Amino acid sequence: MDYRIEVEDLNVYFNEAQILKDVSLKIHKNTVTSLIGPSGCGKSTFIRTLNRMNDLIDGFKHDGTVLLDRKDIYDPKVDVVDLRKKIGMVFQKPNPFPKSIFDNVAYGLRVHGINENNAIKEKVEESLKAAALWDEVKDKLDMSAMGLSGGQQQRLCIARTIAVNPEVILMDEPASALDPISTTKIEDLVHKLKNDYTIIIVTHNMQQATRVSKYTAFFLNGEIVESGLTERLFVDPQDKRTEDYITGRFG
Amino acid sequence: MNRIISPKMAQTIMKGVLWASGIITVLILIVIIGYILIKGLPVVSLNFLFSDPIDSGRAGGIFPMIISSLYVTLIAIVVATPLGVGAAVYLSEYAGENTIVKLIRFGAETLASIPSIVFGLFGLAFFVIYLGFGWSVLSGGLILALMVLPTILQVSEVSLEAVPKSYREGSLAIGATKWQTIYRVVLPAGIPGITTGVILGLARAISEAAAILFAVGASLSIPISIFDPARPLSLHLYILATEGISLDNAYGTAAVLVILVLIITVVTNTLVERYSRKMMGR
Amino acid sequence: MTKYEEFLIEKGLFITAILSIIVILLIIGFIFKEGLPAMESYGFLNFIFGMDWSPSDGQYGVFTMIIGSIGITLLSLLFAVPLSLLCAIFLAEIAPKTMKRILKPVIETLAGIPSVVYGFFGLIILVPFMRVQFGGTGFSMLTASLILTVMILPTIISISEDALKSVPHEYKEASLALGATHWQTIKNVLFPAAIPGIITAIILGMGRAVGETLAVIMVAGNVTQIPNSIFDPVRALTSNIALEMGYATGLHYNALFATGIILFIMIIILLVIANYFHYKKKVVIGGGYL
Ligand SMILES: Nc1ncnc2c1ncn2[C@@H]1O[C@H](COP(=O)(O)OP(=O)(O)O)[C@@H](O)[C@H]1O
Ligand SMILES: [Mg+2]
Repeated sequence: MDYRIEVEDLNVYFNEAQILKDVSLKIHKNTVTSLIGPSGCGKSTFIRTLNRMNDLIDGFKHDGTVLLDRKDIYDPKVDVVDLRKKIGMVFQKPNPFPKSIFDNVAYGLRVHGINENNAIKEKVEESLKAAALWDEVKDKLDMSAMGLSGGQQQRLCIARTIAVNPEVILMDEPASALDPISTTKIEDLVHKLKNDYTIIIVTHNMQQATRVSKYTAFFLNGEIVESGLTERLFVDPQDKRTEDYITGRFG
Repeated sequence: MNRIISPKMAQTIMKGVLWASGIITVLILIVIIGYILIKGLPVVSLNFLFSDPIDSGRAGGIFPMIISSLYVTLIAIVVATPLGVGAAVYLSEYAGENTIVKLIRFGAETLASIPSIVFGLFGLAFFVIYLGFGWSVLSGGLILALMVLPTILQVSEVSLEAVPKSYREGSLAIGATKWQTIYRVVLPAGIPGITTGVILGLARAISEAAAILFAVGASLSIPISIFDPARPLSLHLYILATEGISLDNAYGTAAVLVILVLIITVVTNTLVERYSRKMMGR
Repeated sequence: MTKYEEFLIEKGLFITAILSIIVILLIIGFIFKEGLPAMESYGFLNFIFGMDWSPSDGQYGVFTMIIGSIGITLLSLLFAVPLSLLCAIFLAEIAPKTMKRILKPVIETLAGIPSVVYGFFGLIILVPFMRVQFGGTGFSMLTASLILTVMILPTIISISEDALKSVPHEYKEASLALGATHWQTIKNVLFPAAIPGIITAIILGMGRAVGETLAVIMVAGNVTQIPNSIFDPVRALTSNIALEMGYATGLHYNALFATGIILFIMIIILLVIANYFHYKKKVVIGGGYL
């Protein structure tokens, strides 16, 4: 089997509180994996562990292993900056920089040492096209990103992420702050991107999980109760708690 | 990717530079305070603190200056506290967000930024000459009151605004009037913050010399009445140093001022820490 | 409590509130009343652009002092801005808890030390040092700027730090998640987003430098001349007032108030510029915000 990310017995603590308990999950290459579960169950914590975003939080401790392409990402020799270049992230609330649309996408390129203007221009256009935003913004690339609608901002953030050629894209409830039409656009986009990227998407919208993902993992109170093919998990849950959750009996 | 230094190099270098800037700042303080204390503390004795200066400060102590400092500061605080707190109560409890309120805030900000020497000019023209208070503790104290007013006002306003709405609602709900609510509930809850503001004002008043340069005279004797001239510590230090009267006594006076500042910093920090802990319910 | 008493209390509080404005109007009134006669009789332009200040000969040109004040201020900004911005970034982004616990009170104490003490320190340490290093008397524009640098550090540091810390955390996360280094994030995202606050900080620091009197008097040399180099002595507007008010009479007395007018106008200009940036600065007390 071809796995991009393998998580084994991961425990995460913020100070004394244990947030994740013995989480194990394997993520297939170039597929979409959904993480579902009630809010506060540790989904965000989990994906932020994958690009070491939790390193920013005081009191973060973990044990267990997280492998990206068979290599431990928490190995002291690993450079966090390189890691995050390989694992992009889209946040729950669209968070474009207070810069122009163009500069938002160009930011990652410049940061990674691409200075050649034409190269940057090309890549910006390519990324905006890939994020299905190009047609809407091609005439106003110099406008501040803050002037875009929420849905456009989120697609801009996706464009910004794919501009630096990551292998994996983490999405933390990317559509939860958006209206239904924007949500559909994001979902279409996820569909399109899965050929080139390994995508992990957190959602508490179960329909969304069934629509976009091949695999699903169900989180509850910091543990993975059940994971597997999305179709199977929703049609034939093995665990009573999964069944309760997907049938809307709690959460 | 043809860069002179890689991002990672830049990161390492800048981290070093940032650490250095922090350490330099600490060193600056240590050097200044350390030097003043090392030179000044040997001069500071009970005798120095509690005796009169001899031969315009060439020898002897600084007792009249300590009294002068306390006296003008006391006047400043006694005058400015009710005014500053009153204004803060008005701004936080009565006023909406209208032009006059904006004007008041801008006024307080401007007052806080006016150079002390301009206060000095004003004090001379207004208190000393126009109102006829002469070179006196009163003139000096009133100038300082105006200078510390914005400090007390701004800090008090912030502390009053931090008092939870539920306190007010609880009191109003049992039929208390607005003023009763403010007086019995809001003000007591804001006291720690207001106290901090007053102490900060006190610090500013004790440090100030330029503003009272033309208002208190430079008398070497202990002021008794509010119309007596005086010579607060900071002014004394200025005169000793610039007129080359006595280096030792200047060191001693500077050390006393520095110690006062240190005490005030510790006290305000403790107050703020306790206050914010209380506000967070711990 | 009657309605009437409540009404009186509200009016009373209103009066305390507008007192700040009244005081400012009084200050403006009295400074201008005493200062304008000098400007009128000596000529407004002569007063501002006159190079000669010698009250005994009836000459009241303050141009050298305007240059002195501006020179000292700009030079001290030149030293203070880089150091304080680095220090603010250090505090907001890099410093571990223990270092913060040391640095915060240090900055507060620096802000609290009376200006006379700074002046005194400059007089006994810095002036002799400069004399030995660079020759001359040691009293100079540079010496004054160095002392002022230390005095405005706390202002610029604390406001800039606050501005940096109020940049939404999301920007930082977004940048780091793209694989930017921490320094790239600071330089390209946090710092630009904090610019309005940082400019406010610098302007307020400038205000403090322009307005400082005694510390400058004690080390600047106070010669009324346009300095040829930073090692020349200069006289600031503030110093001019403090040095001569003790014995000034007649037009001289008025001319010193007129000097105050110039100073007042400079500060108002700075305040207006600061207000233009709409940066709402927090009231910082001790280690925390209230
Ligand atoms: N920075 C933090 N410090 C302490 N606890 C945190 C922090 N972030 C999240 N938590 C806690 O971790 C748990 C899981 O949160 P999160 O991963 O955000 O859940 P989800 O994304 O599934 O809603 C929650 O109980 C939350 O309170
Ligand atoms: Mg979440």
